[in-house]
Amino acid sequence: MDRDDASRRAFLQAAAAGLGFALIRVVPVHATPAAMDGAIRKVVGSSTISKGRVTLELPPLSENGNTVPLTVSVESPMTQAEHVRAIHIFTELNPQPDVVSFRFGPRAGRARVSTRIRLANTQTVTAIGELSDGSFWSTSANVVVTLAACLEDA
Amino acid sequence: MANALVNVPPRARRGEIIEIKTLISHPMETGYRRSQLGATIPRDIIRLFVCTYNGTEVFRAELHPAIAANPFIVFSIVATESGTLAFQWTGDNGFSASESAAITVD
Repeated sequence: MDRDDASRRAFLQAAAAGLGFALIRVVPVHATPAAMDGAIRKVVGSSTISKGRVTLELPPLSENGNTVPLTVSVESPMTQAEHVRAIHIFTELNPQPDVVSFRFGPRAGRARVSTRIRLANTQTVTAIGELSDGSFWSTSANVVVTLAACLEDA
Repeated sequence: MANALVNVPPRARRGEIIEIKTLISHPMETGYRRSQLGATIPRDIIRLFVCTYNGTEVFRAELHPAIAANPFIVFSIVATESGTLAFQWTGDNGFSASESAAITVD
């Protein structure tokens, strides 16, 4: 009996140690909202970001995170004096916060782009518009994702 | 060879804003997936898309792994003069593809 108890105790201790080890080994798979803020700061620098002027069209619910249609636009007359220089898209919980950067000039005529993106999770997507006067504008949209991208094995 | 598709209206009025649709076949491997043996599949994506209008750059997109496979990009330009629109995609592992379309502006 004593020997059984002892071996059981030893086993439990070993298991606990193993569990502890496993917990230490867990590394974050996703970026965090803080990482997204960091990525945004890299683009924006120390400028302030105002809300508005940017329109982000995303489906509120997406069945497949591997291809989510996205349309983004910024109100602007798109003249030499006043145009949109760039639009940047960021996500909160993808492995990497950056999604895409579009760069325009007055010859684009209209600051409106559509594409398809991947979303690893139900999360908030942020679009930042960079204007020729150096100001930054932003908007966010929330997408519920049923089937996540990035996690499936090949 | 990559398969690229572009949709440009063949004729436009001067000053008109035209919409351009582009699609290219590419797996856009993220670099975050693992094979069945547990090895990480190396990243293989298109990093850059550039559109030039008679030699002048009018639109550019910098892509990251979060762009879905077979990148589809729709954007606009102002039809200023007759000529050629050239599209260039470049990416990892020396990937490069180009396509062009002619436009007549009256």
